[in-house]
Order: sequence, then structure tokens, then C-alpha cells
Amino acid sequence: MTLADITIQLLNGLAGASSLFLVAAGLSLIFGVTRIVNFAHGSLFMLGVYIAYSLTDQFGRGSPLAFWSCVLAAGVAVGVIGFVVEILLLRRIYQAPELFQLLATFGLVLVIKDVVLKLWGPEDLLGPRAPGLRGAVQVMGKSFPEYDLVLIAVGPIMLGLIWLVLNRTRWGVLVRAATQDRDMVGALGVNQAWLFTGVFALGSFLAGLGGALQVPREPAQLFLDITVISDAFVVVVVGGLGSIPGAFLAALLIGVIKAFCIGIGDVQAFGTTFSFSKFTLVVEFVVMAIVLVIRPWGLLGKPAGEPRHTAATEAPLKPLPGWLVLGFAGLGAALLVLPVFTQSYLLILLIDVFVFALFAASLHFLMGPAGMVSFGHAAYLGIGAYAAALMVLRAGIPMEATLALGPLAAALGALLFGWFVVRLSGVYLAMLTLAFAQIVWSIAFQWDGFTGGSNGLIGIWPPAWAAEKEAFYHLSLVLCAAGLLALRHIIFAPFGAILRAGRDSPLRADAIGIDLRRHQWFAFTLVGAFAGLAGVLHVFSKGSISPETLGIARSVDGLVMVLLGGVQTLTGPVVGAGVFIFLQDEIARRVEFWRAILGLVIIVLVLAFPQGIVGFLRGRFMRAAA
Amino acid sequence: MSVLAVRDLAKAFGGVQAVRDISFAVDSGELLALIGPNGAGKTTCFNMLNGQLRPDHGSVTLDGREITGLKPRAVWRLGVGRTFQITATFGSMTVRENVQIALISHHRRAFSFWPRARDLYGAEADALLARVGMAEQADRPAAVLAYGDLKRLELAVALANAPRLLLMDEPTAGMAPKERVELMALVAGIVRAEGIAVLFTEHDMDVVFAHADRIIVLNRGELIADGKPDAVRADPRVQQVYLGGGSTFGHAG
Repeated sequence: MTLADITIQLLNGLAGASSLFLVAAGLSLIFGVTRIVNFAHGSLFMLGVYIAYSLTDQFGRGSPLAFWSCVLAAGVAVGVIGFVVEILLLRRIYQAPELFQLLATFGLVLVIKDVVLKLWGPEDLLGPRAPGLRGAVQVMGKSFPEYDLVLIAVGPIMLGLIWLVLNRTRWGVLVRAATQDRDMVGALGVNQAWLFTGVFALGSFLAGLGGALQVPREPAQLFLDITVISDAFVVVVVGGLGSIPGAFLAALLIGVIKAFCIGIGDVQAFGTTFSFSKFTLVVEFVVMAIVLVIRPWGLLGKPAGEPRHTAATEAPLKPLPGWLVLGFAGLGAALLVLPVFTQSYLLILLIDVFVFALFAASLHFLMGPAGMVSFGHAAYLGIGAYAAALMVLRAGIPMEATLALGPLAAALGALLFGWFVVRLSGVYLAMLTLAFAQIVWSIAFQWDGFTGGSNGLIGIWPPAWAAEKEAFYHLSLVLCAAGLLALRHIIFAPFGAILRAGRDSPLRADAIGIDLRRHQWFAFTLVGAFAGLAGVLHVFSKGSISPETLGIARSVDGLVMVLLGGVQTLTGPVVGAGVFIFLQDEIARRVEFWRAILGLVIIVLVLAFPQGIVGFLRGRFMRAAA
Repeated sequence: MSVLAVRDLAKAFGGVQAVRDISFAVDSGELLALIGPNGAGKTTCFNMLNGQLRPDHGSVTLDGREITGLKPRAVWRLGVGRTFQITATFGSMTVRENVQIALISHHRRAFSFWPRARDLYGAEADALLARVGMAEQADRPAAVLAYGDLKRLELAVALANAPRLLLMDEPTAGMAPKERVELMALVAGIVRAEGIAVLFTEHDMDVVFAHADRIIVLNRGELIADGKPDAVRADPRVQQVYLGGGSTFGHAG
């Protein structure tokens, strides 16, 4: 690379960093004050892109003033949307457990995606270029778009403006105070509701503005929400949660590194070709993993103050009453004989339910008893599935052996990643699991020669004895039920009890001789194996596998199932998986905009049952019994 | 031989010498109070004994065995129980389960996967709870206990590994006066009966003079007194520290 190349890539990186910074700054502000991890922030960005597209396309072609007014108006429009969302939805769930807020914002992601699809259609839309900035300037003999130069300036300008608002206005002082200790701010007589609303609207405005600024550079696309939210998460976490300068620094760092990876392209070394441009898909996650291991609070972050009022402590676990044990045994028996009476479509659906019940239960084991929320649990489902598929296709290993070897592979993956993961806690831990999942995903996605790349692998069928749907149904039922019972048993066994103890009070656990980190590491590995088993069954039931199996969306599905059922109950994840799979199937078959319906159902469930479905039922039952 | 022996223990944070070269010992069955004004170095000293801080130099021995610089959980394995200034218990478990967890760890069954935790060491747990007067509350969730009862539960947990030494950080902080006296009387009874050594820090001088066998006084990281309650009460340097002059006003004029 020449010096000129390096300069151009540096400028490219800086231009890309500005939008990223705006989105991340909004996310960081919202998290700092409301403690809500806003999954819908990428969707707000996407709305900004689409709204700005329509506005500039209609009114913004004439003069620079018209164009920039349109961009600003798009940001304001998204800010207003955020304002409405906060009042209608989030305000009602600040008292709910943190994870439920996450689930609600994920419901929003689904709704917004379908709204955008309905209003703007599935095609990519390329907006007009900015009037007066259509040309390029020469930088060291190379041309560089004028518009990008302006973008480079926008980042620091917005950083300065946000700094002014936070440091020179009364409102900004309240926001900073609330970031440090929102209970104290409330105790001092500040109306928290309006403070939260204001912050959410400002954060939404920044996301919308970040999106609007991208219109002349790249087309409006429907998958922007997920790519942007993961980028923004990375930036916020690398910079330090709640730190605006940290977000700016991290955005610059990641923007520049990404631009360089694209600029370097393919490199020949040691006889093979290493593609740096493909590396861009994961480079930010690699950066995040490194930063989190070295500086667990991000570059400029500080350990967050613990909230004083966490969700109500779980009631002590009790073995199920006899009638419920009988009930479950009856249900199991009914499921065993079901194939005699029914057609195969229901069986296929039920296999999915079994597989995802096991997957959700393994995630629940981490989130509930072990106290570690994973945003990337699909990685272990996927490793198990890919391991089995590759063994069958490349080495001719029979399915029976992969039922043991697949989970083993997933456990090894979890063993490796878990070593890093258990060194963190809370949101940082969740983000690191997301980073590892993304790395696994990109390996599966890009290693065309081995994993089949984006097409995945096909032709992975069970051997003759299990090829019939009924036989495979029984196999799945027995193995998943065994897995669920094993997980449940471990929660009550000394190993699981010690995990729960460590979640309740790490200080006390340490003081009675427990090496909690080692315990959690082992638990992480163990649930990896169970998720891997679910993955193996999944791949043989479908006959094929693609990188989607371990994508972010699948990890989020798992979270939704666990939270729908209720994280403080042991049967919750099973019920959640069942409800989720049936809802998805029912809605997807009947309606075009099934995502929006699913999202609305999730939001309604969150508002109606903040303890999850099973938690709600248990609460009703206990009240009735009292 | 003393259960706990501390020699020339020192710790500095940056330029501040938090604890400088202090030495003392605690005998079996003895309650030793560690007192001193705020910032005297009590907490630093405590955290070096329980393994949370590594001293700059000096040695800590338990029954003649060097424990300096060991991790808290290793210190516990050697027979040191702890209670915290703000109680740390397992809120999602019953009172009995809290004690059972400590017993499971003590018996090295933490990585056991087969039995149910609630079926292990139930009788032992009940016996410990009976000793601190918590037997009737064994089935209640720890999360709903009154603060005084939480302190007693913590004591039962701390006794689970049959410790040689109990380290109690402000054992009566946050309690009503009557409860304070009851709790310390309970502790004193148990440790004298079983020959456990106790080192405790305390702000409440009524508790200290009512129950401590011996008192050591820290001021600005230095040990300024070590003796029976009456001797310490009469010590002019201690009076200066607590009643004026000394650290607060010494350099004002």
C-alpha cells in the first residue's frame, strides 16, 4: 500500500465513523439513563435512512439548504417516533426485569421491519446525492468524495454539540447525574419519567440523523437494522457504556480498521490467500473481544453502579408437586403415542418444538441459575449442527456417533469462549458472547470450501432406521426430554445449587471457598453441549444447514423463548419455545407481515405478563391457593 | 500457641501508608476487638487477613501456618470464617439451604451432579441453625428475613466449616441496640464453648467493652494500644484519639 492508499482508507474510515458514532452515542445515552439495552436502535437508524430517502427524493434535490433540511427533518421525525414509543411502551416496563425491556425492544425491531417493508417495499433504494457536494476532491492524486469530507466533520461537530448539551444545560446535568445514580436523581425530586422520555427521544433523533446522513452514500436496505445494531453495540461496549467520548473514540477506531481491511484486500502469505476484505465482517467483534478482555469496562468506561432495586429475588426452588409430575409424565406419554393419530406436519412442527425447548432450556440454565445472559447462544447450537453435518458429509461418520460428537464439539467451543466470557459480567458479558457468536457465524459464512459458505450444507439425513418422520420424532422426543430432565436435575444438584448461590452473592460464595469463575466456566461448557445436542437433532430433522442457524436472529429467538416463558421458572423455557414455534408457524403461514404480528404479540405479552407466561400462571395459582 | 499471629504487616496505597508494621495475636476462645477512628486502617488490615488484599510485607499465620497472600477461598479452607459489614447471603434460597451450600463446599461436593443439594447435610445445617437460634426459620427464604436474623444466618454459615478463626467486620452494624447486645452475647457464648478465636471490628463502644477480651487500637495505620478493655480505656493515647486532639486536630494549630 502506498501512502496515498493509506490516506484514502483513513479518510474513508473517518467518514464511516461519523454515522456510527451518532447511532452509538444515542444508544449509549439511552442505556446510561434508562438502563435499557435498546435492540430497536438499529431499526430507528433504518427508519432514518428510509425517511431521509423519501424526503430528499421529493424535496431535497434542488439546493443544499433543501437537502440538509430534509436530513435534519428525518432525524427529528425519528426522534418523534422515539418519543411516542417511550410513552406508549417503555414507560410501562421500567419496573420489569431488565431482560424484559430487551424483549420489548426486540418486538419493536420486528414491527418496524415490517412497517418499512410495507411502506417502502423490498427493493434497495438509492437516494439523491447531496446538492453542491456531488463532486470529488483530489487527495494525494486520488479522488475522494466531497460529501464524505463533510461527513468527517459532522462527527466531531456532533460530539461537541452533545458535549455542550450535557455540560452546559440543566437538562444535561440531570442526564449525567442520572447516568451515575438515577435513584438519587429521583430522590432529589426530578421527574424521572420526562427525563427518560427526553433521553429516549434524543437518542432516537441521533440514530435517525445518523441514518439520514448515510442516504447519499449507500442505498436504503431492509437488513440495516441488524447490521447497524450490532455495529452500534460493539462501538458502545468498546468505548465504555454511557461514555460519549468513548463511543466517539471507538467509532473512529472501528471505522478506520474496517476501512483498512477493505483497502488491503487479499494478501498472499504462507502459500494461502488471506482475504482482509472478508475479515471486515468480524473485525469489529475481534476488536471488541480484545478490548473487553484487556479493559472489561471499555476504553473510557467505568464500572456501572449497581441498581438498588433489581427485580424481585426468585423464590427458593422447590421440586414439582406430585400432581404436576404426573401431569408432565402424562404429557410425555401422550406425545409418545401421538404419531399414531396424526399427520406428519404436526410431527415436524413438534420436532422443532422439542429441539428449541432444549435449546431454550440450555440458555435458561445460563441466564437463570448461572446468572449469565448470553446474546450469542445460537453459536453452540450451530457448532453442534455444523460439526454433525461435516462429520456425516466429509468423514462418513454415522448419525449415532454425531449425537455424542456434535455436543462434544459444541462443548469444546464453549470451553474456549467461556474462558473469556466468565471474566466479565452483565451487559459486557452478553456482548462478548455476541462477539464470539458473530465470529463463529462469519467462519461458517465465509469458508466456502469447508462449510459451504452462505449456501450451507445439504443432504444430511438420518440413517434408514430413523429416516421415517415418526422414528425421528421419537428420537427427538426422547433425547430432548432426557436433556431437559438432566438440565433440571443439575439445577437442583450441588453443582447447580452452588451456581445459584454464586449468582445471588459472589462475595459470599468466595468467602465459603467456592471458585465461582471455574464453576461458571464449567457451566458455560456444559450448556454448550446441550445446545449442541439440539443443533445435531436440528440438522438431521431439516437435512440441511446454513449460517442462519447460528446467526444473531437465532440467538435472539432463544432469548425470546426464555423470556416469554419466564426466566425465573424452570418450565418457562419449554412453554416459551412451544408458544414461539407455534406462533411463528401459525402467523407465517397465514399473514404476509408475520414479523410485525409476532412483534406485536411479544410486546403485548411483555406488557401483560412481565414475569413470563409460566411466572404469571404460577403467580395466579399461588394467589388462588393463599 | 496463638490461633492467629500477625507480624509486621504493612500496606500502602500510592503514597498513603494505610497500615504500617503492625503485629498482634489472637488466642483460642478469645474475642479481640480491632477499633480505631475512620481511616485508621481497620478495613485494610482486615482485608489482608482474609485474603482480599496482598500485604506489602509482613506475615499472617494461622495455627503456625503461613497464610499471607492466599486467596479468600483458600484462607477459608484452612479454617477462617467471615461475616460481612453488609450481610451477604443467598437470597433465592431458604435459610437451611444457605447453610447447606456452605457445608457442600466444606465437604468438597461442589462439583457433584447426582444428589439433590437439599438432601445433603440437612441435619448438620439444622444443628448449626439451632446454635444461632434460627431453627424455626429454616424453611423461610433468606430474602425475607429481618436484618438481625440475616446476621445470625451469616454467623451459622461462617461456622459451617468448623473454623479456628472468625473474622467479623462490624458484626452489629445496622442493628438495633438490643439486638446488638444479643448477637454479641451469642457469638461470645459459641466461641468460648468451642475455642474459636474471633477478631472483630466495631464502632459501637458499648459492644466492644461489653464483650471483647482484649482490644487493639489502630490510628493512622499504626497500632497505638493493645490490652485489656480497662487498660485500653485508660490509655492516654487512645483517649487523645477518641476524645479530641490526635488525628483530627493535631496539625490544625
